[in-house]
Amino acid sequence: MSSNSLRTPLGKVKGLGSAKSGTHHFLVQRLTALALIPLTLWFCFSLASMPAMDYASFTAWLQSPVSASLMILTVLVTFYHASLGVQVVIEDYVSGHGLRLASIIAVQFVCALLAVVGTVSVIKILIGGAA
Amino acid sequence: MAEFNLPANSIVKPGKSYPAAKSGGNIRKVIVYRYDPSTGENPRTDTYEIDLDDCGPMVLDALIKIKSELDSTLAFRRSCREGICGSCAMNIDGANTLACTKAIADIDGDIKIYPLPHQPIVRDLVSDLSNFYAQYASVEPWMKTTTATAPDRERLQSIEEREKLDGLYECILCACCSTSCPSYWWNSDRYLGPAALLNAYRWIVDSRDEATGERLDALEDPFKLYRCHTIMNCTSVCPKGLNPAKAIAETKKLMVKRQG
Repeated sequence: MSSNSLRTPLGKVKGLGSAKSGTHHFLVQRLTALALIPLTLWFCFSLASMPAMDYASFTAWLQSPVSASLMILTVLVTFYHASLGVQVVIEDYVSGHGLRLASIIAVQFVCALLAVVGTVSVIKILIGGAA
Repeated sequence: MAEFNLPANSIVKPGKSYPAAKSGGNIRKVIVYRYDPSTGENPRTDTYEIDLDDCGPMVLDALIKIKSELDSTLAFRRSCREGICGSCAMNIDGANTLACTKAIADIDGDIKIYPLPHQPIVRDLVSDLSNFYAQYASVEPWMKTTTATAPDRERLQSIEEREKLDGLYECILCACCSTSCPSYWWNSDRYLGPAALLNAYRWIVDSRDEATGERLDALEDPFKLYRCHTIMNCTSVCPKGLNPAKAIAETKKLMVKRQG
């Protein structure tokens, strides 16, 4: 709160008004969390039931269309959820408007990049054989 | 960034001591935050020794005893002394509550009294709640209708509809909940806080009100409403036993419900 402003407290509180958004973010954060429960369990059980913990068995497993599809889904949902979650943390703790916006954009770019890299890697293994 | 460190001139230092006038009796130490922004001095904690055998049962009784017998410069707000005005909200023994309904017997060891956290200080235990009151005003806490009132009777409500206001209308706006909320500490310039949101919900669920959608529109915001992360400090400190966290959760449910 700026102490040298003569604006009334109500004027400051009303500020720029409602952003008319927030519910979608809130809802999708929870839906992605929900989706990650079966996806993460599936991924952990798949890893645990591998014949051997090596590159060959992992790529062989990932060449199944079912494994590859679920793996891409896991990657996308994970980074979507991470982006939404870290955004909330930044909004909580970074108070300067410019720095807050820049941090959120940076996080979204990094999450998008990691999601694409993960997806492309899975597709490469799926169609390219155990390269 | 959020303020994790206090500025150098707001670090609280040990202050004066007011020992008990005579030995014996049931002596207890009361440690009270003192600050006068006009002096330029740092805040301090003064220690008062009082005889509980010669004092009323509540923390407010101890404060009044200190002010009238030991140190008339101590500033604090109080009025009704029965938990209905909300004036004597302060941080006692580590939690926000009303001094008038907090029993000294419920506190172990020294009685530590600070103002409500993270608010500007007017003096000592008196915090500036202008922002808090403006947030309450911003939810427009009055009935809004388009349908004209019948001239010969009240706006009616069924018993079930009226019951929805129980646990909401009792709020006394003492600010214990909002000032106990970490989200409110970091973002009180934009987050409305549990007290204002509980009161917003009190009108959202009022069956007689016809502005429900507009009220939800006004709260549909990442900061005004969605800074609540269900930390629940609000509910655990409310001296009236209300549940602002639940009111906020119900508001979020209505936000989702109207999406489809």
